[in-house]
This record gives sequence, structure tokens and C-alpha cells, in this order.
Amino acid sequence: MAEIKLVPRGKIGITVEAEVIRPDLIAGKTKEQIEELLVWQGPKELPLSQFFEVDIQGNGGSPEETKIIIDGDVSRVKRIGQGMNSGMIEILGPAGMYTGAEMTGGKILVRGDAGSWSGMELKGGLLQISGNAGDHVGSAYRGSWRGMTGGQIIIQGDARSQLGGGLAGGSITVEGNVENFCAIRQAGGLLIIKGNAVRGLGAEMSGGTVVILGEVKNFSPGFVHQGIEINPKIGEIELEGRFARFMGDYAAGKNPKGMLYSRMAQEVGE
Amino acid sequence: MAANSTKTMIIKNGYLFDPLNAIDGEVKDIFIREGKVVSSLSGPEAKDATVIDARGKTVMPGGVDAHSHVAGTKVNAGRLMRPEDHYKSVRKKTDITHSGSGYTVPSVYKQGYDYAAMGYTTVFEAAMPPLEARHTHEEMRATPILDMGAYMVFGNNWFVMRYLKDGDIEKAAAYVAWMMRTHKAYGIKCVNPAGVENWGWAKNVKGLDEPNIHFEVTSREIIRGLAEVNELLGLPMSLHLHANNLGHPGNWETARDSLMITSSLEPNSKTELEWAQTRESAKRKQTVYLAHAQFNSYGGSSWRDFCSGAPDLAKYINQTENVVIDSGSVPFGPATTMTGDGPAQHDLYMLTGQKWSNCDIEMECGSGVLSLMYLKSSPVHATMWAIGLEVLLLIDDPWKTIMTTDHPNGGLFSQYPQVIAWLMSKRARDDTAKECHKWAYDKSSLGGVDREMSLYDIAILTRANSARTIGMAHRKGHLGVGADGDVTIYDIDPGDLNVNDPSYIVSRFSRPDLTIKDGQIVARKGEIVYVPEGRRYYCQPHMDEDVEKEMMRDVRDWFKYYTVGFANYPVPDKYLKNPVPIPVNMPMEAVVRR
Repeated sequence: MAEIKLVPRGKIGITVEAEVIRPDLIAGKTKEQIEELLVWQGPKELPLSQFFEVDIQGNGGSPEETKIIIDGDVSRVKRIGQGMNSGMIEILGPAGMYTGAEMTGGKILVRGDAGSWSGMELKGGLLQISGNAGDHVGSAYRGSWRGMTGGQIIIQGDARSQLGGGLAGGSITVEGNVENFCAIRQAGGLLIIKGNAVRGLGAEMSGGTVVILGEVKNFSPGFVHQGIEINPKIGEIELEGRFARFMGDYAAGKNPKGMLYSRMAQEVGE
Repeated sequence: MAANSTKTMIIKNGYLFDPLNAIDGEVKDIFIREGKVVSSLSGPEAKDATVIDARGKTVMPGGVDAHSHVAGTKVNAGRLMRPEDHYKSVRKKTDITHSGSGYTVPSVYKQGYDYAAMGYTTVFEAAMPPLEARHTHEEMRATPILDMGAYMVFGNNWFVMRYLKDGDIEKAAAYVAWMMRTHKAYGIKCVNPAGVENWGWAKNVKGLDEPNIHFEVTSREIIRGLAEVNELLGLPMSLHLHANNLGHPGNWETARDSLMITSSLEPNSKTELEWAQTRESAKRKQTVYLAHAQFNSYGGSSWRDFCSGAPDLAKYINQTENVVIDSGSVPFGPATTMTGDGPAQHDLYMLTGQKWSNCDIEMECGSGVLSLMYLKSSPVHATMWAIGLEVLLLIDDPWKTIMTTDHPNGGLFSQYPQVIAWLMSKRARDDTAKECHKWAYDKSSLGGVDREMSLYDIAILTRANSARTIGMAHRKGHLGVGADGDVTIYDIDPGDLNVNDPSYIVSRFSRPDLTIKDGQIVARKGEIVYVPEGRRYYCQPHMDEDVEKEMMRDVRDWFKYYTVGFANYPVPDKYLKNPVPIPVNMPMEAVVRR
């Protein structure tokens, strides 16, 4: 079991692209080897040690047993944990864009906010964000219609727009609110929003399930009401309360299979 | 930054495959002086020459792609609408090369490097709309290494349709000649004749004899008329046809009937060129060159009873001498379809629901772009894969066929080696068919085809015949004395080539040992080592001045319908690097004076 601690050396100007910070890549490396890993800053390739103090507790071990702790603000560091398949990263502060993008396994805990495109095209593993998340979290890359295919994203704060764009598998849960076009082009998987959404929720959806407990300011017009369900069960998950069930998005296809559950406001006296 | 400034070279001991000189794997040395093939070098020249030992290796002329979409607005539209095509396919900058990106539609730099790294030195853009000629030339100018040219789209041009309706071939020829000079075009392309014009009214044409809206001219009249214009002017390439009904079940009959239209014409190339020496005739024999035959060789009447129509089409082509086809093969995986055939792209959108774009190009033509993934599990795609190989394997004479993927429509140029592996090995085809939906063999005749192409055949399909068909064999596609010193050396020993190892064939054809252009090494095992600027070929056809004057009056009269000013219409010379104009149909006096 090795614990690698990375402490930012201060404020970062031009953002740094640090896809080398991933447990499966760092596992078994010495302090010096980690310090020499190269990251991009603008047009320059620089050693990791230019931006982080590196400290190792314990030694060796498999990627599964390797934990990286980033102690500080890395909101200007992109691609932490991108593509990782095992091990764990804990970020004790805000994280930058593309955190955990394309990861296939392992765990990333962000004890703060996470930047846009975090968890992009996630294939497996867990990304947990205790603060707020930016735009396009757990979404498909620009131009692609196939987003996350597996794994789990948990956002304890709010998320912004286009959360879970092109979602095809896995699940995303948001404790707070979302903004526009979340679950756009969703084809599979599950998206649960415990707060409110603004508009375009589930636009062009063809499959999968969206659940919203709060209010939708402008409901997508291509969804058809199918009935009311009490305490519906979605896979393993049991929801509490009265839900209106919709199917859509008929604006984008003739035979869509997208399910949208919207919790109904409690009636007076109930 | 010259690799060897003398451009003088000796390639020794290689097994040479040079079909236009009837050389089938003989061990033969090649001498290149100042970039051109010569019969020998003098003592002092030989001393200064770069000497390459190709012992145990396969040597071919540089690859020639006769039909590929690599420059112009629709290609760029494909790049713009597919960011997801770019971020995972990137090329790093080196000291001598630019960075680049793009998998199905690479950026111009990456395109040039990737073609050269694969052993190709000459690539022709398959469809240049006149109004987009500047853009096309700009992209060609920015494409490194390759020699290029572009075919101009005429099949739905208002002036052409008007003259052909009037039966005025002379004026049509004068117009085409003027347009080719004005826009620096190499050949005549005809895309869904009469149909793309109807698309302006959300319609298409179904058969060859359906008069279109307003101009009331039929596809048959346009194909016949443009082919006559082509032979009247004596262009180096024949009419290049993208037939009607493309992509529709049952369209093989349309293709056959279209090919019959020009059968009574004689190929008539009236160019003033110096011809390099060849044993076989280097002049084209065809009066029509059918583009991407795969997309026009469909049987059945709907997608339910869809099947291959390639055996039927091949039967006709085997009986005639005036046709060449390129295959437009489908090697599976991501593609971006792009054609001047707007209605065909709309049909494809309705079928797939993929993102797409469509464009009307004023009085000239149209176009469309769509992103697509060809899957082995799809019954239709699996059948298309089979058809794309059938059209090459069922036509007996390899001199009637050219291997393409209609890049990036059926597949990508970077997948040519995969297509070669299937052409050379029945086992490779059988193995792939096993991974495909059963329609691949059930709905085609491919499973019963035993033919396996030789390296000689492959050399015909990838350089000799592509060069001859487009009229570039006066300098490309062979290594006779006087030819360009474009050579590809593959690390393949023909003596112990196991065709049943597709991965070997793919890797050796993907990354030749050396790609040589004009006597200089440009790529070594896939790495670009030298970046020369390519040439840009175009035709300068001459026409009777009186007819041209009358024609210009019509052009000026209708030019009010254009959104550009007349003065801004032509492509200025500065848009071309290393331009090589080819004089065509020069009057006798001009020839004598020279």
C-alpha cells in the first residue's frame, strides 16, 4: 500500500495538463520518478515537480493499492486521473477540467468543486464530487453522441448544463440542481437529479432513465405522459413518492424509449 | 531541406512490379536522374547518386489515387462537424512536419503525410464545385508532398444543361473549356446528373429518361452530352461519372444503362505532352470512368430484399471495352460520407438519423455530408463490404478496375492495405465474413469467388490503371524512361509472401520501407523525412474563339444570378503552387508554331 501525496507549489498560471496523475501509472514508482513525469503547460513539457511537492508514504504495491492524495487547489490542473483503471485519487480541494475523464475503473474523490468535462465518457469506476460540478460532466465529447457507458458519478452539490450528455450506461446522481439540456441524447443508463432543472431535460433522448425530484422550469415538449407511479422501482433503486412517468423524446424520433420520472408536488392535506 | 539535392538515385536488386511496362516481379535496377527515370547513369552521375539496395523487396511505382475527397468545402464541412473525429487522432509536430488531426477527415497536412507514408505520391480530388474552386485549390496548396489535381462538377450546371437541351455540343464544350481554364480543373465530373438540380425542389430523378424541372433535360442527355464534350475537347481523362440512384437498392441497372450511353464514343485524348516510355499503351481506353461502383451495384428493390447487384454489373463490364470503375470499397469502421449528391445524403440521413449537412451551390451543383459507422454486425453494411470487393474481383480484366474506398465515404484511404489483404486472400475474406452478419455471403456471390490477386494485379489497381484512366500515365503510374521518379519500396519478398496472413499484408502495405518522390526519399517506414511541395495539374482546353465569344455572352447574361461578381469568379494563379497546365485541343497552328 503506497500513499502518494502531491502538494501544489502555489498558484498556477496557464493551466497544466496532467493526465500522468493516475494511480495505475504511478504505482511502483519512486519519488524521483514521479517528480520527473512530464506534464504540458501551454506549449512546454515540464516535470511534475515544477508544480507539486511529492511525498510517498509506504512503498510498492499494485495499482489497486495505490492512493494519490492531492492536498490543495488544483482547479488549474486538467485531466487528473484521465483514463485510470484502478487505485484511488483523493483531491482535497477544487479540481480542474476533465478530472477522471474516460476512466475505466478505480475511484476519484473530489473534496471540492470539479471543472467542466469531468467524468467525460466514463466507462467504469466512481467519481464523487462533494462540491459543485461544471458543464458537460459525464458527457460525450463535443460532436460525439455516445457519452458515458459505465461507472458512477455522484455530485453532492449542483451541476451546470449538459450533464450526462449522450449517457449510454452507468449512473449519475446529483444532490443539487442542474441547468440546461441535461441528459441530452441519452440512450441508456440512469440520471437522478434531486434538485431542479431549467430546460431541455432529456432533449433528443432515445433510451435510459432520468429521474427529477425537483421542478423543471421549461419541460421538454417532446415527452408524452404515460401515467402516475407511486414509489417506482428503477432497477435496484426504489424511489419515494408519487411520480409522473413520461416517454420521449418524440421530437427526435418516432419510437423513443427514454423514460422520464418527475416527482409530483405534494398536495395540500396529504 | 533537401534529402539529396541531386534527385539522382539508383534502386538496386528489387523485385519490380511495373504493369504498364509488363514487368511482373523481375529483379531490375531503376535509375533516376534529376527526378526522372532514365535507362542508365554515367559513371560520375552514379558516383553521386543515392544508392538503395532493395534486395528481397517489392518495388512499385508511387501510388496514384484516382478518386479521393481530400480538398474543398465539403471536406472541410466534414472536419468542422466532427470534432470527435479529431481529438483522438492527432499527429505531433516534428522539425520538418506540421501537427495535424483527424481520423476519417484528416487536416490537410496530416492527409499529405499519411498518404506519403503509405506509399502514395499522387492524389486527385474527386469533386470540385466551380464556386468552391478557390477553397479547393487553397487546401491543395497546403497539402504537402502530393501531386494533385481536381475534377470539376458539371452534371447539374445550368449552362451545361441549357446547351445540352438545345443540343449545342459545341457551346457546351466551349463553356466546359472556359470553366476548366478559369478554375484550374483537371477533368469532368458528373454527379447524379439532372437529379441534384431537382433537389433544389426537394425532388430527385428516378430513371435515366426523366426530364428534370425547368431545364427538362434527362440524365441520359447529360451523360451523353458531357462525354461528347469530353472527347470533342480530347481531355486526358474520360467523363468521371457518379451515377444516378446512388445508394438505392436495385441501382445496378441504372449503373449499367448509364455505362452503355457512351459505348459508341471513341476515346480521344488530344493533349500535347511528352510521354514517358511504356510497353503497354499508356493512353486511356475508356469513355466513361464510373466512380465508387460499390454504391451503385445494389440488387433487390428495398432494404428488406437488398442484395448485391455486382455480378450483373460485372457481367456487362466484362463484355465492354470502354469502361473503367473504381470500387469505393467498405472496410468497416468510422467514415464520413461526402458527395455532391445532396439527395443521396438526405436519403442516408433518413435511414441512419446521423448528423448531416446539405448545401446548394447556386447554379452549379450541391453537396452533403454525414457521419457514419460501418458495422460488421449490420446486414446492409456487411453486404456493402462484400459488394466493394466483388466489383474488383468479378471484373476479369484488372485494367478495368481501380481500388479505392471513395475516401472517406466507404472507408478511409488509410484502410487501403486492409482492402489489399482481402483482394489477395480468399482466406482473409472468409475470416472476415465469419465476423460479419450472414448477409455478407448470403446476399452476395463473394463466398464463391476464389480469385486471389497477385502483387502485379495490386500494382495495376493502385497505380498503373489509376494513372492511365485519369490520363496521368504520361508520367505517373509506371517507371519507364521519362516517368517521374516516384517509387514505393515495400518490405515484401514476393518469393515467400504468405497471403493468408492479413496482418502481415496490412502492416507491410501501410508502412513501406521507402516512399520516393521525384528521386528523393520522402518517407521511411512511415516517418516523413523530407517535405517537398507537390505539383498541381490542370487542363487548358482550347476551343474555337467564335463559339467561345457567343458562349461568353450567355455566361455574362446569366451571371446576374450568381452571388459573386464576375471578376471574382476565376481562380487566380497565385492559388496554385507548382502549377502544371496541360494544353488540350490546341489548334494546328499553335502546335506547329511550337
